[in-house]
Amino acid sequence: MKKYIIQSLRLTLVLIVLLCVLYPLGIALAGRLSNGKGGGEKIIKNGKVVGYALLGQSFTKPEYFWGRPSAVGYNAAGSAGSNKGPSNKDYLKTVSDRIDTLLKYNPTIKKADIPADMVTASGSGLDPNISEQGATIQIKRIAVARKMDERKVAELVVKHTDGPYLGLFGPTSVNVLKLNLALDELK
Amino acid sequence: MNTELLGIIATYLLTLIIAIPLGKYLAKVFAGEKVWTDFLKPIEYGIFKLSGINPKDEMNWKQHLKALLTINLVWLVYGFFVLIYQDKLPWNPDGNPGMPADLSFNSIISFVVNCNLQHYSGETGVSYLSQHYVMMFLQFVSCATGIAAAVVLFKAFRDKTTTNLGNFWDFFVKSITRLLLPLSLVIALILTFNGTPSSYEGKDQFISVQGDTVNVSRGPAAGFIAIKHLGTNGGGWFGANSAHPLENPNYLTAMVELIAQVIIPIAMVIAFGFFIRRKKLAWTIFGVMTIGMLLLLIPTLSSELGGNVAIEKMGISQTTGAMEGKEVRFGPAISAYWSTVTTIISTGSVNSMHDSSMPLTGVWQLLGMMINSFYGGCGVGILNYFIYLIIAVFISGLMVGRTPEFLGHKVEAREIKIAALVTLLSPFLILAGTAIATYTFNNHGDANWAVQPQNWLNNPGSHGFSEMLYEVTSSNANNGSGFEGLGDNNIFWNVLTGIVLLLSRFLPIIGPIAIAGLLGAKKFIPESAGTLKTDTKTFALMTFAVIIVLNALSYFPALTLGPLAEYFTALSR
Repeated sequence: MKKYIIQSLRLTLVLIVLLCVLYPLGIALAGRLSNGKGGGEKIIKNGKVVGYALLGQSFTKPEYFWGRPSAVGYNAAGSAGSNKGPSNKDYLKTVSDRIDTLLKYNPTIKKADIPADMVTASGSGLDPNISEQGATIQIKRIAVARKMDERKVAELVVKHTDGPYLGLFGPTSVNVLKLNLALDELK
Repeated sequence: MNTELLGIIATYLLTLIIAIPLGKYLAKVFAGEKVWTDFLKPIEYGIFKLSGINPKDEMNWKQHLKALLTINLVWLVYGFFVLIYQDKLPWNPDGNPGMPADLSFNSIISFVVNCNLQHYSGETGVSYLSQHYVMMFLQFVSCATGIAAAVVLFKAFRDKTTTNLGNFWDFFVKSITRLLLPLSLVIALILTFNGTPSSYEGKDQFISVQGDTVNVSRGPAAGFIAIKHLGTNGGGWFGANSAHPLENPNYLTAMVELIAQVIIPIAMVIAFGFFIRRKKLAWTIFGVMTIGMLLLLIPTLSSELGGNVAIEKMGISQTTGAMEGKEVRFGPAISAYWSTVTTIISTGSVNSMHDSSMPLTGVWQLLGMMINSFYGGCGVGILNYFIYLIIAVFISGLMVGRTPEFLGHKVEAREIKIAALVTLLSPFLILAGTAIATYTFNNHGDANWAVQPQNWLNNPGSHGFSEMLYEVTSSNANNGSGFEGLGDNNIFWNVLTGIVLLLSRFLPIIGPIAIAGLLGAKKFIPESAGTLKTDTKTFALMTFAVIIVLNALSYFPALTLGPLAEYFTALSR
């Protein structure tokens, strides 16, 4: 028994060096070659960091495309979903309120145009994307708020729609932050 | 064809393309045959030398268990204290506090047993030191423990009659050097180059486009996330686990993380067949597991792609399926696939929030964890399946009226007793645990704990019951996913699930190894016309029936009170 305890202690120490020191160090070194040097890819505008490419942020003004509802208000230091069950009455009331808000700010759209992702909270609370349909229903509002040609905004949405991976696998999506920055540049 | 479904098919096919050769390779590694990774031998030699271990010392099954339990105990003690004192230890750039004793008790057990049930949140609950030196360390070694235990079982059936079952340390170290570490490196690099952070920088802050100040949790996560999946651990670096955009940046990484978590469980089945030179048996087991997987996956897909009926009634278009708790870049199809594989094998990482899944999906998630051997966790999946095999051998033996045999060894009263005890353990822990929780919720709602029992549940009615049932089931399966709405960071849940975790990890490892050790030592009986063959389609069907009947009898009432009730009262079409 004593033999096993000593062997266990020594083996644990050796493995800590291998797995907790060397292994992550190797990855960190390799990571310096990646976009964002392993610290997450930042988006810089006029010399200032305005966001992370992968992290959604809160957009509430009418002249910007809105992202999905977030259970944590896009807090990138406290990710979480709503964890609301599908039959929860309070939750369904919240969804219904979100529908009303969308209809209020986008008076030209119909209920049936609203895709599910625009009225449901994401898993992380930081979803950087919306569906293409989610962007399409906001085009008119943004064109009016920015006094821009609706077609130009629509073109921008198409340009910022990412197709399935390799054109084959998975859904299409729109990165809200990148789309909004492009929108600002158009002016 | 729909690109989302195509994504699932591609992911599963790639899994097989990697897992099957990997299984053959593992059989050779553990048999000590020549393989191309033999250039790593000097490193292993160094590890053994420094640890005072002679990897050629043969052990019997009892010595194996002693070694296994001793080193696990060392990790428990070590990790418990690191977590409590993490605020006083170095490398805590975000300034997170030390854990209270009950949370540390729960967290350390949870990581030692390969469960990774997390009652803390990665961003605020642990230091970088704890993340690497406790959590990630245990993700490697707990998985290696499971694999080494399975190899002990393989060893018992390789030779005709034997008590020499190889050396535990040898299996354990080789699992790391020849399998986990190299593959984790590859996966971690893929993640890093797709955007997962890997540098040691702490929290960042920026001003958003609309002028909000935003804090961003980061840290060296890529290596952690690689082994989290490969080792079927599942604990997230961030609170939102693999739904978090930094933990799982895009569709490619989702595919990689999905493949990573399934390859070892499948490879172990293949390795079993090649190791004991009965390939047909391995394919039969693989067949049963795959059919089981599909039977859980297809209805899950159908209920998630169908969307939430209550939202449909509001007039919203759900052409993309149910989206609450899901990420747009993944979509509901691969999220449904993820929820199936993460529950049938014991990973428990999530890319969507299970609490917000459709009620019928909840049934399949729970059932996947209750069965816990359709592929199953690293190493332990095949150990769990072995228990079902022994029960099936016993029942078939009774049906045809002869002494049951398994792979040339008589299965007698002692082995059956052990198998029966292990089989009964799961329903006992799950049902008794849920009953205690429900009782406490109803009768001691105002107990003065960090979260009062009356505030435990995030959802009312039967869904609330499902939250408690899921938590205990996930603990028992060493799974680690949760209906995360449950307020679980308080002394009740920390202690209850801690105890469930310990029992449900070690007894189902001790049981199969004891049975295998006992059987392996018995006289070998050559196959004859009267032998019950265990690699036939008939026997596969028998095993499948045993699995379904045992689990249906044990859990149907509980499932009825939870997700089934929710479905039929509120959300059926």
